[in-house]
Parts: sequence; C-alpha cells; structure tokens
Amino acid sequence: MNAEAINALCAGNPRAVARAISAVERGGAEARAVIAAIFRHTGRAHIIGVTGAPGTGKSTLVNEIAKYYRRRGQRVGIVAVDPTSPFSGGAILGDRLRMQDLAGDSGVFIRSMATRGSLGGLAAATADAVRVLDAAGFAVVLIETVGAGQNEVDIAKNAQTTLVVEAPGLGDDIQAIKAGILEIADVLVVNKADRDEASATVAALEMNLNLKPQTEDAWRPPVLRTVALTGQGIAEVAEEIGKHRAFLETHGLRQARERARIRAELERVVQHELLARLVRGVNGDKIETLVAQVAARELDIYAAAEQLIHVA
Amino acid sequence: MAERPIRVLIAKPGLDGHDRGAKVVARALRDAGMEVIYTGIRQTPEMIAEAALQEDVDVVGLSILSGAHLDLFPRIVAQMRQKQLDDVLLVCGGIIPDEDMAMLKQMGFSGVFGPGTSTQEIAKFIRAEIGQKRGAVAA
Ligand SMILES: Nc1nc2c(ncn2[C@@H]2O[C@H](COP(=O)(O)OP(=O)(O)OP(=O)(O)O)[C@@H](O)[C@H]2O)c(=O)[nH]1
Ligand SMILES: [Mg+2]
Repeated sequence: MNAEAINALCAGNPRAVARAISAVERGGAEARAVIAAIFRHTGRAHIIGVTGAPGTGKSTLVNEIAKYYRRRGQRVGIVAVDPTSPFSGGAILGDRLRMQDLAGDSGVFIRSMATRGSLGGLAAATADAVRVLDAAGFAVVLIETVGAGQNEVDIAKNAQTTLVVEAPGLGDDIQAIKAGILEIADVLVVNKADRDEASATVAALEMNLNLKPQTEDAWRPPVLRTVALTGQGIAEVAEEIGKHRAFLETHGLRQARERARIRAELERVVQHELLARLVRGVNGDKIETLVAQVAARELDIYAAAEQLIHVA
Repeated sequence: MAERPIRVLIAKPGLDGHDRGAKVVARALRDAGMEVIYTGIRQTPEMIAEAALQEDVDVVGLSILSGAHLDLFPRIVAQMRQKQLDDVLLVCGGIIPDEDMAMLKQMGFSGVFGPGTSTQEIAKFIRAEIGQKRGAVAA
C-alpha cells in the first residue's frame, strides 16, 4: 500500500480499509508494511470481544450493541470470525446475515474472517484487522469469535472488555460453567431471556460467581439478561461495558493488560520469525536426515532439535 | 506468498423468500475451498455492493428466482461501479430464461448458470476465471 492508500485508510475510506485488512490477512512483507504505517494511529478504540457457544446469539447481539453506539454517534467496526473447514480450507461466513440493520450506514464497517487454520477462536490476523479499524477511526471495535466451546479464550488477550454470551436451554449449563470460558468474562450475558429457562441459567451463573473468592478491588462480572432479537437489555450491557472500561482505567489495568498483550504478541512473532529463519537456513536434506534418525530411534526429538538449532 | 482462498459473496436480491438454492451453492463453494460470505435473502443493490466492498471479495454470486433480474441486476452493477468494484467477477444463477443470457453477459455477468447447472461446474468456472485474473495481475 502506498502513502495515499494509508492516508485514505486513516481517513476511514472503506475501500482502503477493506484492502488493508486483506493485506494483513495475507501476511508477509505487505502486511508488515501496513502495520508499520498505521501503528502509531492505533490504541484509541475500545475493543469489545463477544464470545460464547454456537447459536447463543452473538451476531444478533453485536448488531444491537453496534446500533446502541451508533445512536451515540460513535463509529463502529466489527470483525466476525467463523471457522475454516479443515477438510476443504473453505468457510461459510454467515455472521453478517444477522447484522443487516447496519447496512447502508457509513459509520459501520463489518468484516468477516475465516480462522484459516488457527485455533483459539480467532484468526491469526484478527488483531491486525482490529488495528486497521482502530487506525481508521472506529471508536468501538467489536470482535465476534467463532462459536466457542471452552478453549477458545484468545479473545480475552485481544479485547479490553470480553462479553461471554450464554443462552438458556442449551442443556449444558453445568458444562458451560465448568468451562474455562467463564474465567475470561468481564460481562456475562444471558441472551434469549424471552425463554422460560433463562432464570435458571442466570441463577447458575450467579452461583458460580459466588463460589469464587472476591476481593474488594476486583471486577465482579455482572450477569445481564438480553433479548437480542428485540434489543431488550442492550442499554444495560453497554452501560456495564462503559463501567468496565472506567474500572480498567482507574485501576491502571488498561495499560497493564495492553502490556501483557504486547509481550505475548512479541513472543509469538519472534517465535514465528525465528522458526521461519531456521527452516530457511537449514537445507531440507538435513531435516530429512534428522527425521529419519529420530524414526530409527537413533536420536530423540530433543537431541534432533538441538542439532537443528546449532546447524542454523 | 501463498494465495488467499477465493472470497465469494453470495446474495439473494429481490423479494421472494427462498434461498435453498443459494445455500446449496454456498456450501459447495466452501467445499471447493472458497470463503463464502453468505448474506441471505432480500438484499438491496446497495447492500450487496456495500458488503462486496467491505469484504473485499473476488466474486459476487447472485441467485434469483423471482424473474426480477433485468430490473435488479443493472442496479447492482451500477452500485458496484460507483464503488469502483470493477474487477470483481460477477456470476448469477437461478431461473433465468435463455433469451436473457446474452443481455446479462453484456451487463458484465461472466457466468450465467441456469437451473440445471451442477455446483461443481460453478466452482470450476469461478476457479478458472479467478486463476486467470490473478495470473494477469502477477504477470
Ligand atoms: N428467542 C430468541 N432467539 C434469538 C435471540 N437472539 C438471537 N436469537 C436467534 O438465535 C439464532 C442464532 O443467532 P446468532 O446471532 O446467529 O447466533 P451466533 O451466536 O452468532 O451463532 P454462531 O455465529 O453460528 O455461533 C438466530 O435464529 C437468532 O434469530 C433472542 O434474544 N431470543
Ligand atoms: Mg454469529
């Protein structure tokens, strides 16, 4: 991307934003150039993660939350992640289907992303796509993860406020509560509160929270009911998001979290780069020889790895 | 650099509410390794062009059963031109009379698929067209 395209991006031009997201998704030198050009314009958006089991209503909720911020004049970016099929490498990205209310509003930008093999509920390029939206001046960026079970907790590292969405009648309340996904919730949303069993879900979540030791200065995730289909309860969700944001600020946690995130990302990038350089620097025959030696039990894995690192 | 998967927007303009055909095509394209953004029924020309722009797709595929294609498709093409999406491959399918095919091709639809077309045929067509376009850009 040239300087003109970067300027267009920072001015919020949708074509430039779309192209830049494609570039960061593709990776490599061009992706790095985009990030290098925009990085100092990032760090302004409030990043909100929305996760939860498949079908709980995440997309419908994102649609309503976006409308709430739009009514207050804030520009909203959305990244919606769906899984890539491990068999074909293809994907159906269907979240947009539930966000039709936002069509025709130039203050909203929606981008669907496939995981392209990455685990953890996000795509490898999700963080960079969010940066592009941040640089383009979207004050609020919502990330919808893939319909997550329990291990897809990467969202907590990428968002400042994480919403975990539950819905009654999934028949797995106990399962859900056991799952690690509740640990990452800053706000718990029981969606589909128009259903009878919603009270039981709320009670189960509250009980679970009560089991955890509470300290005075810790954030206790509120449990809120919503009917995303009608917009009921959305204002309360947005209010709690605002309170959580203020809480992070007053306790210095916004910066602490950001630093933790940067450190983790730095480690990941270095790991990735070192590995790529190592593999490039070693000739393929050497690797094959080592693989054969390990297969023949002449070497163990660690010894082979040690040799590889020394060769490079 | 590895090529990205082909990105396709599947939309159903018009007011009729049946999207079974569109869904079958969406799944087939996914199984052919493409990323399919599925936007569902009752899409206006503005919505389709806006989604194609934001999603930076290689292909827009329109499904129509209502017979309103000669009214709707030119408006979609116009919206896309206005957004400078001239390099996006346009294909359409559904109930389209033979006598309209030439006009749709002229309008910019490279692929026009009648009701009898197999989904493999559609996937193959898209892959070949996009392969050619990407080859031309790289050269
Ligand atoms: N009864 C009821 N249905 C809802 C509510 N919110 C969403 N739904 C419906 O639940 C279904 C799933 O909603 P989505 O928003 O697509 O759910 P999702 O969590 O994004 O789904 P995935 O992205 O596939 O994991 C849709 O049919 C919605 O219309 C609600 O508050 N009440
Ligand atoms: Mg969804």
